[in-house]
Amino acid sequence: MAVPPIEPAFIAENHADSAKTKPVEVRESVVIRFAGDSGDGMQVVGMQFTNESALAGNDLSTLPDFPAEIRAPAGTLAGVSGYQLNFSSAEVFTPGDELDLLVAMNPAALRVNLGDLKDNGILIVDREAFTDQNLKKAGYTSHPLLDGTLAGYQLFELDLTKLTIETLKDTDLPARAVVRCKNFFALGLVSWLFHRPTESAENWIKERFKKRPELADANIRVLRAGFNFGDTAELFAHSYEVRPAKIAPGRYRNITGNAALAIGFVAAARQAGLPLFLGSYPITPASDILHDLSALKNFDVLAFQAEDEIAGVGAALGAAFGGAIGITSTSGPGMCLKAETINLAVSVELPIVIANIQRGGPSTGLPTKTEQADLLMSLYGRNSDSPVPIIAPQTPADCFAAAFEAVKIAVRYMTPVIVLSDGYLANGAEPWAIPAARDLDRLDVKFRTDPEGYFPYLRDEATLARPWVKPGTPGLEHRIGGLEKDYATGNISYSSLNHEQMVLVRAKKIAGIAADIPPTQVFGPTRGDMVVVGWGSTFGSIRAAVSAAQADGKSVSHVHLRYLNPLPSDLGNVLKCFRRVLVPEMNLGQLVKVLRAEYLIDAIGMNKVQGLPFKVREITNRIDSMLQE
Amino acid sequence: MSAESPTLTRKDFVSDQDVRWCPGCGDYSILAQVQKVMPELGVPRENVVFVSGIGCSSRFPYYMNTYGFHTIHGRAPAIATGLKITRPELSVWVVTGDGDGLSIGGNHLIHILRRNVDVNILLFNNRIYGLTKGQYSPTSEQGKVTKSSPVGSIDAPFNPISIALGADATFVARSIDVEAKHLQTTIKQAFEHKGTSFVEILQNCNIFNDGAWASVTDRDTKENSQLQLEHGKPMVFGRNRNLGLRLRGLEIEVAEIGQDGVTESDLIVHDQTNARLGHFLAALQPPKFPVPLGVFRTTHRPTYEELSAAQVASAKAKLGNGEIDELLNRGDTWTVEA
Repeated sequence: MAVPPIEPAFIAENHADSAKTKPVEVRESVVIRFAGDSGDGMQVVGMQFTNESALAGNDLSTLPDFPAEIRAPAGTLAGVSGYQLNFSSAEVFTPGDELDLLVAMNPAALRVNLGDLKDNGILIVDREAFTDQNLKKAGYTSHPLLDGTLAGYQLFELDLTKLTIETLKDTDLPARAVVRCKNFFALGLVSWLFHRPTESAENWIKERFKKRPELADANIRVLRAGFNFGDTAELFAHSYEVRPAKIAPGRYRNITGNAALAIGFVAAARQAGLPLFLGSYPITPASDILHDLSALKNFDVLAFQAEDEIAGVGAALGAAFGGAIGITSTSGPGMCLKAETINLAVSVELPIVIANIQRGGPSTGLPTKTEQADLLMSLYGRNSDSPVPIIAPQTPADCFAAAFEAVKIAVRYMTPVIVLSDGYLANGAEPWAIPAARDLDRLDVKFRTDPEGYFPYLRDEATLARPWVKPGTPGLEHRIGGLEKDYATGNISYSSLNHEQMVLVRAKKIAGIAADIPPTQVFGPTRGDMVVVGWGSTFGSIRAAVSAAQADGKSVSHVHLRYLNPLPSDLGNVLKCFRRVLVPEMNLGQLVKVLRAEYLIDAIGMNKVQGLPFKVREITNRIDSMLQE
Repeated sequence: MSAESPTLTRKDFVSDQDVRWCPGCGDYSILAQVQKVMPELGVPRENVVFVSGIGCSSRFPYYMNTYGFHTIHGRAPAIATGLKITRPELSVWVVTGDGDGLSIGGNHLIHILRRNVDVNILLFNNRIYGLTKGQYSPTSEQGKVTKSSPVGSIDAPFNPISIALGADATFVARSIDVEAKHLQTTIKQAFEHKGTSFVEILQNCNIFNDGAWASVTDRDTKENSQLQLEHGKPMVFGRNRNLGLRLRGLEIEVAEIGQDGVTESDLIVHDQTNARLGHFLAALQPPKFPVPLGVFRTTHRPTYEELSAAQVASAKAKLGNGEIDELLNRGDTWTVEA
């Protein structure tokens, strides 16, 4: 469950694992959010606390939420950056609906985030940041720390700046550099509150400030001071413990969706025994894939930062023509530009993978906010009948498997494949059970070298894929291109019947991929009152909501689609076993259109386009109301 | 050509496809010269790849019995870049036109030039859109009347050589479709250059822009309107070899040898390693000046794919061949016991 109700607290004095001098309250799950100005280092603190929690054995899920501007004017609502984390001793599906604890570094952060804090939740604020000027920038007309606004919360007012300056009073650092350490005071304090060892954060600081040891030292001192402050100051009556979750045995690391995609591609290329070529152009929220792959040159990764989105995918296609694994990474506006090249890849039947990290649109839209509104574009957004397989990862860690599988399908069927991730998966993190390289599938890529009976578009009988031939192979010199080709010889052909045959065989090839897709998995009973159908990053919210409904004895199941094209061949029959079909999506109803069109079922959409994932409660409420209809 | 390979001839580079350019098109001559030169380059046929965009010129790969990729409008340089980075041993050629390379694909063209990917670019410049049946192109002269400019084009034209030099191309040359020998020599020079070679080939479109380069190609006028650039040689031209170019301050002017005491020693000596001179020459326009042909500029700097491969090699030397297990286990990890 994602956000179970807080268990009745039990107070365990002198908990065995801890040298804490204060009583300890055990909780199953906690949702916290660090919020401040975009220059306050909230993402860093959030990520470090996430690492600490992962190392402490919790299951977790994160939601970074930051503005598109690198440094919006300080103190403004537009500049607020937040990092939310749900950590638990039970299974976690989402970053959590409501906050148990909010750290607000200034009035703007308070104003933007307070609505998400639970009644009686813990609120930690930096009192010194509540100046008249900052209050005005945040739009407060009276002082929230004084006017009773916060009466319903456990408010802790700290003088973070003063405490930080006090900690570093004997250093020679300029005042500005000293004050910049205050985010680590907050991290230290919250780490103490939840019994998190700060070692991993300290290691991170050392690495980050490798060339400025005086800054590393200062930040670590402030971090420890925050931790000790929690223990000694007469502030918190007790601390909290969230015990390790029951997680399947194995080795784990914390991973974001973009990081998982990047190494998934590297692993797939290695399992195919081929170099990996990334052609990409910087775009939020996909750029981290370019960054990660640019640093993996000793893995035979050639990362090419192209002059534009078109050249990024073009170079990837050129690399594929040469026999490499060609991939490109982008987001919505870049997808628009890549459409023509993806269509060429469909026409010449070369394998490339396009990773689209969806964001709010149309146009530039909401660059840092999540959305899943590029499904129909991926399915249909190219001229003519141009089928492309689509895979959508469900969680950040699942991006590894999705990338791997996309490459596998691309080379097996000689086709471009689109991976539809999104901003939430890209930047969100969760623990990942690390696979062993030896357990990964081998991708059996065969390049044709035999000139006997060779034609460029002669197809494999089983997969309908054409042969992959590397330039440099004697006797197989051939020409390919975007003009229609003769079914048999591959030469240019304008014949009308031949064209129809080619359109049909291209469609049949992609439809045939369904043979490789596992049967639809139904979470819950295979027939009943309702099935909730989702795809992509809505997995966690839907799974949590459906689990809760099932626990309440309701007849609700969950089907989550990983393969959007082709759809699993049994899907129509599976869905027809339910009285109602609900399709929550972060768009105005795209999968629901496809399901209605494909299966003539009365699927109902549930739509949210706020740049944020669904809350579990939103889906739960909708399930309840639909069941009552 | 490796010692054991059979000797290739022009015919080995002719594909079995019917050539479908209009009769009389300048492209026929260019195709013939390329096919003629290919056997002399010493590259096994299977290692040659022609990549093109869209347009009349871009049908070229279909007629070459090599590997070929007819791609999309303007994008051939991008696709060729991905190919060359991953397969540096291949001899990669891009065939493009004034519309394909300078209009829709202008961005990719300047970027392949600045990166210095070792690809040979042949830009057929007929100053018209032929495949779409006659609209003005980015090299059409201002005032040109076409289907899309019935009262004359108001666009100022591009100068392909200036663009290539501006993008710091390492080999920039110009030739003409009908000057077979000159074209063959230029193609060979382009091949021999390591780094991006850019060759503008003045080409006639006898259907939609007949006489595109008439003054440079007509028997009667060409000797006075062509300037053959030869490295280390004074810039002499004209039917009687009595005209030349000399420098006056920062301006180039045409001088007549023997007039006003002008001798050959007063003329500019071509130095193809001098980028500034290349810019001066690129700016020369008829009718006041002859059209320079030959190599405007050549220089050497590392190719993109060499630098790319060097970074991979250096990463491997420093870090060893990447191990997937190490990659998967990076960062803070922890073990959950059974």
